[in-house]
Amino acid sequence: MTVPENLSYTAEHEWVAIDDTVASVGITDFAQQALGDVVYVSVPAPGTAVTAGEPFGEVESTKSVSDLYSPVDGEVIEANPEIDDDPGLVNTDPYGAGWLVRIRMADDPAGLLTPEEYTALTKEAE
Amino acid sequence: MTKPDAAKPRQTPLRAVHEQLGASMTEFAGWLMPLRYRSETAEHQAVRGRAGLFDLSHMGEILVAGPGAAAALDYALVGQPSSMAPGRARYTMICAPDGGVLDDLIVYRLGDEEFLVVANAANTGVVDAALRERADGYDARLTDQTDDYALIAIQGPAAAGILGPLTDVALDGVKYYTSHRGTVAGREVLLARTGYTGEDGFELFSRPADAEHIWLTLSGAGTAAGLVPAGLAARDTLRLEAGMPLYGNELGPDTTPFDAGLGRVVKLDKPGDFVGRAALAAAAQAPPRQVLVGLRSGTRRVPRHGYPVLWDGQPAGTVTSGAPSPTLGVPIAMAYVEPDVAAAAGTAGGRLAVDIRGRAEPALMTPLPFYHRTQDQPR
Repeated sequence: MTVPENLSYTAEHEWVAIDDTVASVGITDFAQQALGDVVYVSVPAPGTAVTAGEPFGEVESTKSVSDLYSPVDGEVIEANPEIDDDPGLVNTDPYGAGWLVRIRMADDPAGLLTPEEYTALTKEAE
Repeated sequence: MTKPDAAKPRQTPLRAVHEQLGASMTEFAGWLMPLRYRSETAEHQAVRGRAGLFDLSHMGEILVAGPGAAAALDYALVGQPSSMAPGRARYTMICAPDGGVLDDLIVYRLGDEEFLVVANAANTGVVDAALRERADGYDARLTDQTDDYALIAIQGPAAAGILGPLTDVALDGVKYYTSHRGTVAGREVLLARTGYTGEDGFELFSRPADAEHIWLTLSGAGTAAGLVPAGLAARDTLRLEAGMPLYGNELGPDTTPFDAGLGRVVKLDKPGDFVGRAALAAAAQAPPRQVLVGLRSGTRRVPRHGYPVLWDGQPAGTVTSGAPSPTLGVPIAMAYVEPDVAAAAGTAGGRLAVDIRGRAEPALMTPLPFYHRTQDQPR
């Protein structure tokens, strides 16, 4: 399981890459391994307002369905156009081609976890 | 009977192999079992197109032996094991007096006075207790031999080609739903042409100590033909596509075999009484309370176990199993629905839906099974 050093995380197993006021969001390697093969991801369309900690989409895998929670407050500006045709990108490249949405943040992000904190959390889950 | 320790799941004789393969393990019915090795979709597709290797050592094996064994099973089960020739296997069920299903079973007749009853892991204790009670007064001995057997299944169109050179059993002569004693990789097995995937395949009952050698030999010999290890996740989507019921989903104490569309396993014309006869005879005559149907989702959201089925927006049934179908590429499900809905939904589009987490998603009723293998199959 990999936890890249340059990202922030949530307790709901999302990763967040912050570039100025834009947050790119996906699910972690730990999450994709636990879910198994991802077959469908639904995320809000660009223009949708999202609230930190609130469900804003879902991930369907063979065995289960899980909510996606927005890690930040803001507005969705882009959804990964490749994911609809190839949801397996979430499994094969969770931190790269498997990214899900970009959100223009309304405020500074709060309450995100460091890689160390997230790693500790996944150890507890195991 | 071995009492499972609630805190610590039981492990199969193949645990070291699974660990070495890097399997994701999961607790299932008190056992630690491989859920998947890599991609469950790839494992599913390997079984449909080539072959998959499964550890099913969690299944329960109960031996019923003695001069009264056949008669005891005729009384205890809804089928008629006494009519089976030695070497034959049959899918059957054990029901409560009220006709509710206690478990679905495969019964192998090993000899004139010897039957191996294979039960679901979660129900082995219940089946063992019920059989013991029902065999009382018959000249038959019951032994829970679950710990004496490992069970390996090799399933898929390439299974016979992989297994053939490794066994002294002539597989051409092994009909579907029969079993033979022989060797695989030099180790003694009971070799049966049975399975729960909708494909041709074999199940190998061996001594626990021989399981690893058999697994590794099959795995080594089959790799070139595309054999891969397959876990419980693939097994579940395979059986769902094949329209096969799973205890706890389609079958349970509140369903009769007739509810599940499996009334054919109830042999009401067999001589003598059997447990559940009166209730099942009534169920056979009564209009169905519910009908098990196949559903194809109209969207990519997946109907799952327990989700309500809607007809014109009103509750009309419940999904029992659902998953994205690797073969069909859309979500599929089995569901119990009201009989009039089942009758109407075949012709009327647009009125059937599944409540998927608060949103009604359109669904189409479709005949079961979702998948039927096309290759020539031994009969």
